[in-house]
Formats: sequence, structure tokens, C-alpha cells
Amino acid sequence: MKLGARTWIFTALLAGITIIVPILNLALPPDSPLHVPTYAVSLFGKYLSFALLALSVDLIWGFCGILSLGHGAFFALGGYAMGMYLMRQIGDRGVYGHAELPDFMVFLNWQELPWYWLGFDNFFFAMVMVMLAPGALAFLFGWFAFRARVSGVYFSIITQTMTFALMLAFFRNDMGFGGNNGLTDFKELLGFDLHSQGTRVALFMASGITLLAGFVLCRMIVASKLGKILVGIRDAETRTRFLGYRVEHYKLFVFTVSAMMAGIAGALYVPQVGIINPGEFAPGNSIEIVVWVALGGRGTLIGAIMGAVLVNLAKSYLTAAFPEIWLFALGGLFVAVTLFLPKGIAGSISMPRLIGARGRP
Amino acid sequence: MSEVLYLDGISVSFGGFKALNDLSLVVESGEMRAIIGPNGAGKTTMMDIITGRTRPDKGIALFRGDIDLTRMDEAEIANLGIGRKFQKPTVFESHSVEDNLQLAQKAPRSPFATLCARLSSAQQDAIDKTLVTIALSDDRRRLAGELSHGQKQWLEIGMLLMQQPELLLVDEPVAGMTDAETEQTADLLRQIALTRTVVVVEHDMEFIRALDTKVTVLHEGSVLSEGPLEVVQNDPRVIEVYLGR
Repeated sequence: MKLGARTWIFTALLAGITIIVPILNLALPPDSPLHVPTYAVSLFGKYLSFALLALSVDLIWGFCGILSLGHGAFFALGGYAMGMYLMRQIGDRGVYGHAELPDFMVFLNWQELPWYWLGFDNFFFAMVMVMLAPGALAFLFGWFAFRARVSGVYFSIITQTMTFALMLAFFRNDMGFGGNNGLTDFKELLGFDLHSQGTRVALFMASGITLLAGFVLCRMIVASKLGKILVGIRDAETRTRFLGYRVEHYKLFVFTVSAMMAGIAGALYVPQVGIINPGEFAPGNSIEIVVWVALGGRGTLIGAIMGAVLVNLAKSYLTAAFPEIWLFALGGLFVAVTLFLPKGIAGSISMPRLIGARGRP
Repeated sequence: MSEVLYLDGISVSFGGFKALNDLSLVVESGEMRAIIGPNGAGKTTMMDIITGRTRPDKGIALFRGDIDLTRMDEAEIANLGIGRKFQKPTVFESHSVEDNLQLAQKAPRSPFATLCARLSSAQQDAIDKTLVTIALSDDRRRLAGELSHGQKQWLEIGMLLMQQPELLLVDEPVAGMTDAETEQTADLLRQIALTRTVVVVEHDMEFIRALDTKVTVLHEGSVLSEGPLEVVQNDPRVIEVYLGR
């Protein structure tokens, strides 16, 4: 399959970052000007997980015209699945020292583990759930929405509702996911200390490699005949239908794949920030993802990654330097991009004609 | 001859407005049929019924004698072999001309089949042949959005051909075309009608004359008159509601 020169250049760039940052952290002495401190490695790792999330949104929005304003929910579900594994890894080293139950359950006077926590002590089971939980929710949600031909702004609104409802549910203590506080105080991943430099660097590399794989997967999807049909659905849904394609099956396929990618992104995010709580379901989070993608350039994949990294770099800087105006800056940035760079950053830098690289005329 | 399309007593109304009123129509296999009628006569609604976009309130719509079209959706009907060209040219504007044809080409339609699909040389040949038929060989790599209005109409007809339909429904193919383009389109449709059944909805009387085929006149949701153009044109009822004005 031809993926184009840009794809390979960008792939090489991502691979380079994934290798060089750990070297700058591990091989250089802390007083070297090029040394990357460990906290920064984790910060970059977090950006990479956001980039994967943005990629998942661009796949459905940029290429199939499905504007999900609830993708944060899939990200959070993946994060919770990872969080549950990390909680079980704590074992009897919690504050209450219970061998089986996480602290918050002991605190709630629960006697045994709820059934849906079973199996999460196994890493591979947890990793399957990281994809399965968001994937199943997306499949169910999409099944009903796409069959009923809910699209456009109505679809966006119900995705907002979905993530909001999940947020309220996860805030409840008796849901069994730690309520308000969420899951935190993690100790180990696969037996490796989460606070050690080596583990943090490894998590960064895992994020880089996964992002790379996600990028190549998305490129392969959009370069295939299926990808062309997705763009067809975006631009002329009726035409696609009358050509004999079951539009709802295509939407369901790509929406589910995208949700699973978002879940994986969440699973990479949680061990690097050390906490997952219901705030991740907040509707505003999902809107922010769309802003990253719009800013970077919708329907370009590369743009989504750039947008996620750039906005979050700016966010890290601005929230520290000018905490009061951060939101105004984000809003202003979005308005400016919409007005002056309607195709986003990647769409405005001279764009060779990639399949579906153009937005609507 | 057997009938490809059989409509009997079809009625459908939208909020009190009777778009189709006891419409009955039979199209024989291999026939080319022109359908005319004033605005609101129900031409497009009829196509909507046949292609599964609208469900009739009552009536029978059969394809190939025994397939009930009123129970199927658009994709199923398209895969049965009914192709439809819309009034406004509808092509995939951000895809190349060639890709437009490839997407229309008769091939497995499921997501997993298209994810793994590779273009075979036989398929490429079929695309090349259609490009010649619709006179777009030199524009094959251009984006469909860059084509002229007339070229888009042809591309859409070409896409229908790639579907290899048994029955082709063509809604106002020459709207907005120049005289030369209109003539070429009439040639193209006559050529297509040699191998398949074609139903054309059109306002342009010159074009209908050029098609030289049986005409059905619709008025207020039912058939007013049917026959060769000269006969229909001289029908006093037709003159009153349509041609005479």
C-alpha cells in the first residue's frame, strides 16, 4: 500500500523523538544543557497520549464527518481500566493494608471485590478491557445512533450527553470506581516502580511507539478503499447510500476503532499522571480535543498530532505563567485559527493532494 | 418482454399534500422511458419510492416481477441493481474522477471487504472503458469538484454504469447543460439503453424528442397520459395541464 512520502517522514520524526528523548534523559548528566529532566519526559509522554486521542477524533471527524463531542469518555474508560489494574497492583500496601480491596472500598466498608473488578489483577486482561470497554460502548451507542440516522449537530449533542451522564455516574461512590477521588496512589506497573526514572522513560517510549502505530494504522485505513468511502460519506452521504454502501456499518466500524484508540490513549495517560477521576469525563474535555484537531488541521492526521502537542505545550506554559487567562488564550487561539487558518496548521502549510486531505470546498 | 418495474396504486402524502395519488406504471425490460410532468407532479417522489428513500402509504412496487421494493432500504435496492442519478449532480468532490468510478464499481460492499480491497486489472480496465464512454479519460486524475457542471453529470452517469445496474433512474440529466452537452448526453443515454432499462425524468422537451422514446406524463401524483411523444403532445388533457402553458 502506498502511504506517501509525508507519512514516512513523519513516522521517522516520531520514531526519532521516541528514541532521542530517553537518550537525552538517561545518557546525559543532569547538569548538561541538553538533559531532559524526568518530569519533562512524563509530561511529553502525556502529550503523546493526547496526540493519540486527537488522532482518534480526526479519524472520525476529519475523514467521516462524525463530530464526536464525547470522545473524552472513551479516553476516560480506557484510563479507568488501566487504573483498576494499577489499583490491584497496590495489593496490601494501601493505607488500610487490605490484600484484596482498594482503599476506597475498605473505607466504604465493602466486604469483597465487586464482580466487575475481577480479573483486573491480570495485566493482559486489563489491556483487553482498555480496548473492549470503550469499544463496546461506542459500538452500542453507534449502533442505535447511526441506525436511526442521527447525524450532524444532533449526534454531537448526544455524545456530549453521554460523557456528561458517565461523569455523573462515576462521581457516585457506589459505582465502585472511587467516586469523586477516582483511582490514584498507584505504586507499580508490571512490578516496576511507577516513580522510578526507568519506568517513566519506558512509559514515554510506549506512548511514542503506540502513537506511531496508531498513526500508521489511521493512514492505512484512510488510504484504503474503505477510507475513500468514509470521505464519500463525509461529503455526499446520500450518494454513498445509493451506491449500495451501508453507511451505518461504515460509521459504526470507524467510530468503534476510534473509541478503542481513545481508550488506549487513556491507558497510557493514567500511569504517567498517576490519577484518573471522573473529571476526565467532563464535557469540556471532549470539546478541547476537537479544538486540538481543528487547530492542527482536520482530516490530515499529522495535524491532529501537532495540534494536540502544541495546544498542550501552550497549556502547560500558560497555566503556570498566567493561570487566570489560560482559558481565554485557548478560546482566542481557536477563534484566530477558525478565522485565519480554516484548514488548521497542517492544512495551511502547502499540502500535497493526499486522499481526503482537503476539507469541504 | 417481462416487466422490470411494476408500480400499482402507489399513494403517499406528506402532511396532507398528496405527492403520489394512486400511481400505476409498468416499465418493460430493456425499455427506455421518459417521464415528464409539471413541478410537483410527483416525479422525484416516484423515484424516492423506487429507491427506498420514501415508504408509500399504500400500493405495490415490484422489481423483476417479485421483489417487493417497499420493504427494502436504499443500500439493498442499490445492490439489487437499481441505480439512481440525482437532479443536482452528486459526486464525491474531494476524490479524483477515477476514484469516484472505483467507489461506484460493482464489488463487495461491506466495510471489511473494502478495507482489504485491491484494484484488479480487470477492474482497472472496466474503469478505463467507462472513462472513455463518459469522455473523461483526460481528466481521470482531477478532483471531481473541479469538473464543469456538465462533466459532473457525466461522471455521475459513469458511476451508475460502474454499478452495472439493471434499471437506471435518471433525474433531469441535462438541467443546466449547454446545447452541445445536451446532445451528447442524449447520445450517451441512448447508448446505455441498449443494454439496460432506463427511466429518465426531464423537463427539456428538445431532449425528450432527441431520446425518441415512449413518454409518460405525470400530473398531481398520477399518470395522465402515456405513449409516443407525438401522441402525448396532442392529448388535450396534457396540453391543458402542461405543454399548453
